[in-house]
Amino acid sequence: MDIFLTIKLAIRGLLSNKMRAFLTILGVIIGVSGIIVIVSVGNGAESLIVNQVQSIGSNLIGVLPGGTEEGEPPVALMGVVITTLKNDDVEAIGKIPHVQAVSGYNKTVGQIVYKNRKSESTINGVYSKYPEVEDAIVTNGRFFSKAEDSGLARVVILGSAIKKELFDEGNPIGENIKIHNQNFRVIGVFEKRGASGFTNNDSQIFIPAKTMQKLVLGINHMSIIKIKIDDSQYINQTIPAIQNVLRTRHHISSPSEDDFTVASMAQRLATLQKITGSIKLFLTAIAFIALIVGGIGIMNVMYISVTERTHEIGLRKALGAQRKDILKQFLIEAVAITGLGGIIGIIIGVIFSFIVAFVIQYLGYSWDFIVTSDSIIYASLAIGIIGVTFGYSPAKRASSYRAIEALRYE
Amino acid sequence: MKKETLLSTHNLKKTYITGTVKTEVLKGVDLEIHKGEFVVIMGHSGSGKSTLMHILGFLDIPTSGTYIFEDKDTKNFNEDQLAEIRNKKIGFVFQAFNLLPRTSVLENVRLPMIYAGVKEDEQIKRAKELIDGVGLSHRINNLSNELSGGEQQRVAVARSLVNNPLLILADEPTGNLDSKSTHEMMILFDELHKKGHTIVVVTHEDNVAHHAQRIIHIKDGHISDN
Repeated sequence: MDIFLTIKLAIRGLLSNKMRAFLTILGVIIGVSGIIVIVSVGNGAESLIVNQVQSIGSNLIGVLPGGTEEGEPPVALMGVVITTLKNDDVEAIGKIPHVQAVSGYNKTVGQIVYKNRKSESTINGVYSKYPEVEDAIVTNGRFFSKAEDSGLARVVILGSAIKKELFDEGNPIGENIKIHNQNFRVIGVFEKRGASGFTNNDSQIFIPAKTMQKLVLGINHMSIIKIKIDDSQYINQTIPAIQNVLRTRHHISSPSEDDFTVASMAQRLATLQKITGSIKLFLTAIAFIALIVGGIGIMNVMYISVTERTHEIGLRKALGAQRKDILKQFLIEAVAITGLGGIIGIIIGVIFSFIVAFVIQYLGYSWDFIVTSDSIIYASLAIGIIGVTFGYSPAKRASSYRAIEALRYE
Repeated sequence: MKKETLLSTHNLKKTYITGTVKTEVLKGVDLEIHKGEFVVIMGHSGSGKSTLMHILGFLDIPTSGTYIFEDKDTKNFNEDQLAEIRNKKIGFVFQAFNLLPRTSVLENVRLPMIYAGVKEDEQIKRAKELIDGVGLSHRINNLSNELSGGEQQRVAVARSLVNNPLLILADEPTGNLDSKSTHEMMILFDELHKKGHTIVVVTHEDNVAHHAQRIIHIKDGHISDN
């Protein structure tokens, strides 16, 4: 049997009932595009997290205010303001063995003004050790000193993007900018660091932690402390050391009463990666279920088609079609219908993945548009298997019709 | 003209069983058809003429009796062998035309050749010749359902000829045609007969029957007059 003629006839048969055809292949379209999008977004999210792990470094420990219930994220991550971490805690942590550098952090968003230029930016209040903790390099000018921090100096270091926004190619060192309507002197500019994970440091500015607390926010706590360990092999022994120091300082006798959470960044990201991994798996499973439901829809329509075309089957047999010819014809039809849905699904899936990646990149994250040939090959394979699996039984029925009986059927 | 036997039947019987009711449609038919003959089988509806025709065309199998085709007993042929004989040795023309709807004249005529495994360019060449032969070359790319009844039946005749069959079987070929188309159809059969084709037509119309060399009357499952 001429395969192209069969496909042509199958598609013509489909088009003769457009609504039914659309509904038939809709399940396949949803399933296939779902798989493509989920795999693509999953890969993108993974690359985002991997980028973040690499950018943060594996020898960082974070301290968040507030305790953690077993297996739950720290409450501080859910927007609850907890004021238990103080500047003295940061100083005390700095004295623990293997702690190379430590910095407390506070963040706010505010307007930055230079002459007639304005920009909304994230303002970070950090310690003088910040560049060491974050492996950030000041290429123009310098970072502030510990003395400037203690002395509430109104100095600021700019990210490379915000520098460009306010000063273009000009030299900002020594210029005054207004932050929260107070004058700050620019003393340094960071090199371009690129967006890392969920944040883009290049569009942010950095001022001394105490200046931030006293002059900008009017608070006396830290929202996070990051600690750099001199060698990542000491991370596991330093975490309990930090916990002990904080418990002593906060007069806590039992770990269950902790008003802080200590975890290595690598740990936190591994957890995150595990979560995205299982979400990906879960969604892929749902997409496969959609695909199977789509396959059942195809089987249903193929059965209807076989019954409707009993007379045609009889005629073909009368004219010399053997069982295998009829079997092949209906199998090819089922695969062609599934394939059509699959191709549309792949196209929609790729377009949708691209849109997702485009939007996320536009928002400034280092998200990669990844549609692997793997996912397309697997989707195509799934389409073929579904077409054959769910097309076989109706095709078998068609091929088993006896010529004369089928021919009499009207 | 030399009378070479194409097929013969001996004591051919066909019984249908519906539930517990047995209906004996053919009650022992003896028949011989020679190559190059134009035979008409006549009978009233229910006489068993269509059943006989289906058995002769390998669409159905007899309950008992022998059917010799080309000197071979057809008793033990399996379904796929029967399909092959229908494909290569028999050309069918049905009362209801039985063309594939929404399919072009050309593709309809090609269909038996597709199952016969004929090469594509050969398929198209032969189909075009035969469509030309029945005077429908101007309709070759029309869909079958766009044609008149007479035209459809001529397509069916062209289709029946594509694999050079030994036997053309026509089951009430003019049953759905007006008198003009009937006349044209019978002229077509006359021409095919003159070219040497063996033709068996089942009908109950006298004006169709008088084209034949030989008329076989069938009544109540027996041949009543040969």
